[in-house]
Amino acid sequence: MKKIEAVIKPFKLDDVKEALSEIGITGMTVTEVKGYGRQQGHSELYRGAEYVVDFLPKVKVEVVVPADRVDEVVEAITQAARTGKIGDGKIFVMDVEKVVRIRTGEEDEEAL
Amino acid sequence: MKIVAADNVFIFVSTAFVLLMSVPALAIFYAGLTKVKSMLNTIVMVMVAFGVVSLLWLMYGYSLTFSEGNGFIGDLSYLFLHGILPSDPAPAAPNLYHYLFIFFQMTFAAIAVALMAGAFVERMKFVSWIVVCIAWATLVYFPVAHWIWGGGWLSQLGTLDFAGGLTIHETSGLGALVGALLLGRRKDAMMLPSSLPLTAIGTGLLWFGWFGFNGGSALAMSAQAVSAAFVTTIAAIVGGLVWMGLEWIKFKKPTSLGLFTGIIAGLATITPASGFVDIGGGILIGIVGALVCFWAVVYLKNRFKYDDSLDVFGVHGVGGMVGALMLGFLASPDIADTKGLLYGGGFGQLWSELVGIVVVGLYTVIVSYGIFKVVDLWLGLRVSKDDEQEGLDETIHGEKAYVKEY
Repeated sequence: MKKIEAVIKPFKLDDVKEALSEIGITGMTVTEVKGYGRQQGHSELYRGAEYVVDFLPKVKVEVVVPADRVDEVVEAITQAARTGKIGDGKIFVMDVEKVVRIRTGEEDEEAL
Repeated sequence: MKIVAADNVFIFVSTAFVLLMSVPALAIFYAGLTKVKSMLNTIVMVMVAFGVVSLLWLMYGYSLTFSEGNGFIGDLSYLFLHGILPSDPAPAAPNLYHYLFIFFQMTFAAIAVALMAGAFVERMKFVSWIVVCIAWATLVYFPVAHWIWGGGWLSQLGTLDFAGGLTIHETSGLGALVGALLLGRRKDAMMLPSSLPLTAIGTGLLWFGWFGFNGGSALAMSAQAVSAAFVTTIAAIVGGLVWMGLEWIKFKKPTSLGLFTGIIAGLATITPASGFVDIGGGILIGIVGALVCFWAVVYLKNRFKYDDSLDVFGVHGVGGMVGALMLGFLASPDIADTKGLLYGGGFGQLWSELVGIVVVGLYTVIVSYGIFKVVDLWLGLRVSKDDEQEGLDETIHGEKAYVKEY
């Protein structure tokens, strides 16, 4: 099993969610996060004084899937979250050792 | 002159309007511009100033301001409102009940002091603020209001100030500037508005309250009262649009805060002139008020780096002075018995206004400096660096504006 963490633009969350349900991904965890990469910050103007916002708001989507579906899911997220402009975000993929469904005690792929 | 029922109705309602300007209009206008972690403290600073000064007004403020005394200060004949009955006519306005006149003027004294809070947000010790409120009302507001409104020496010189451009906006603006200089810059000296929609509501409520502030200053339900409220609204509209336009040209973005700030600049600038100028004068005052205040807020402040956090000096202080000066040019004989320079009245009124502006300014700066200096040595003006960074809501009040459940 693999965990896919995608940090995306907040307004792209709906598109990503739809793309994932279309390929049968039935659950995900979403967190509001802040950070910056190449995009750096942006500036706001209050009464003519510039305020530079270093940490930009992003949304982190976490999905755990069987290893053989990783490429398909990464592709779906990439397509759905892309605007082509700087700041579209990143996707990280990592191994997951074990999953337990708390209600039933089912484990691993049965629990996904 | 007899008690006039219609006038009393109007001033009674105006009193409530002016109360609304402090509680909650000014409080939430300022709170929306404060960082989230200190917004309650900002609200409390305004409301506590309103409360403390109102009590002083009943104890000795009214007496020092409006009893005869001498040219500089009133006497103590109305101490604790001694000897005044609710049905008595007011000596300063015999068409009104004395109680109503005292009540109405109380809301003016209170907002004058509360206005200063905007320059000190996010860093001032609460107890020191209360002491400053008491000292400043006593030593600055009561005497200056006596000079101009209480029959003191400036009123004998002919200095006019319809609703408080000098007595309220100039004094609080300069007091704010002096206090901000002695308090020093915040560690994080930038404006990070916690809620601009809150500031939008504050702007609207202030504007609404200004009907009572400027209209009510006619002290009667007269044509002058209607005209004053009308030109006040015109100046607010023009001020807001001009300020937003200036930002659009200069910074490429028309900001909401620019619109709100311009509206307040228009309102503050028209205040001293509101009962003396016509609609055309109101438009002109809106334009000039926005231009000059914009310059003070965007250029003057950044040039000299004082942390007048929410621009009390830049908007109210500068606006009040500009408006009083413009009254010397634009006072129209169609509105009241005063002719400005442009209506063939010569330099007389302009000169009286100029003397008023300079003397009130010098006096306010010197006395405010003394007050803030003494309070700083005695109690300290500033909270600790850690408290400032953590936010005053938590460290002073033990509360948060928005509580998360877990």
